[in-house]
Amino acid sequence: MTGEAIAFYLLAAVVTAFALGCVLASNIVRMALCLLGTLGGVALLYFLMAANFLGAIQLIVYAGGTLIVIVFGVMLTSRAYGTKLRVRPLEMIGAAVVTLALLAGLTAILVRTAGPVVSPSTPDFGVAQIGTELLSTYLVPFEVISVLLLAVMIGAAYLVQPEKK
Amino acid sequence: MLTIGLTHYLVLAAVLFCCGLYVMTTKRNAVGILIGAELVLNAACLNLVAFSRYRTGRLDGQIAALFVIVLAAAEAAIAIAIFVNYYRLLSTIDADEGRQLRG
Repeated sequence: MTGEAIAFYLLAAVVTAFALGCVLASNIVRMALCLLGTLGGVALLYFLMAANFLGAIQLIVYAGGTLIVIVFGVMLTSRAYGTKLRVRPLEMIGAAVVTLALLAGLTAILVRTAGPVVSPSTPDFGVAQIGTELLSTYLVPFEVISVLLLAVMIGAAYLVQPEKK
Repeated sequence: MLTIGLTHYLVLAAVLFCCGLYVMTTKRNAVGILIGAELVLNAACLNLVAFSRYRTGRLDGQIAALFVIVLAAAEAAIAIAIFVNYYRLLSTIDADEGRQLRG
C-alpha cells in the first residue's frame, strides 16, 4: 500500500466524517464547524492531487473568508437561539431515501464505467503557469468574474443597509 | 483498489454531493441550507480537479475550480445579506416561514 493510498483513504474518511457531521448536527454552529473540517480535508486532497495553489486558495478564501461570512450570518440571525427548528420525520425519511438511492446509483455507475487506473503523467503545475493561463486563455472569464465580484460587493452592502425612517 | 485513480475521487465527491443534497432538503435554518450548497459546490470542485489531474492533463480543471471558489464566496455574501433582511422582516430564520409574496 503506497503512501498516496494511505493518505487518500485517511483524508476520505475525515471528509466523509465531517460531511456526515454536517448532516447529523442539529445545532447550526456545529454544522459550521463541520463545514470547516470538510473544507480543510478537501484542501488537503487538492494538495494530494498536486494542485498546491488551489489547495492554498481553498484554505484562504473558503475556510478563511466564506466560512467567516457564514458564521457572521449565524450570529446575526440567531437571537432566538434556544428555539430548535423541528423537521418532520416523514421529510427526513423521504430525503434519506432519495439521497441514498442517488448515492447508490452514482456509485454503481462510477464503478462500472471505471476506466483503467492511469497514473498521472502530467507535470506539477506551478503558480506561474496558472497566472499565465488566467491572463491569456481565460482572460475574458477572469475579467467577467472581477466585475461580478464588484457587483456582489455593492449589492451586499446595499441589501443590508438600515431601513430609512 | 490500492492504486488511487479517478474513480476514487469521483466516488468521494458523490458522497459529499449526497450529504450536501440531504442537508439542503432537510434543514429548516436558511444558513443550514447555504452550508449544504457549499458542500455540493465542494464536491463539484473535487470532480473538476480530479478530471484535470487524471484525464486532461492540463490546467483547465484547476482554473474552473478556482472560478467555482470565487463564485461560492460571492454567493455566500449575497445569501447572508438576504438572510439578514429576511430575519429583520420575519424575526425568524426558518426558511419555511417566508410564504407570502408581495409585488
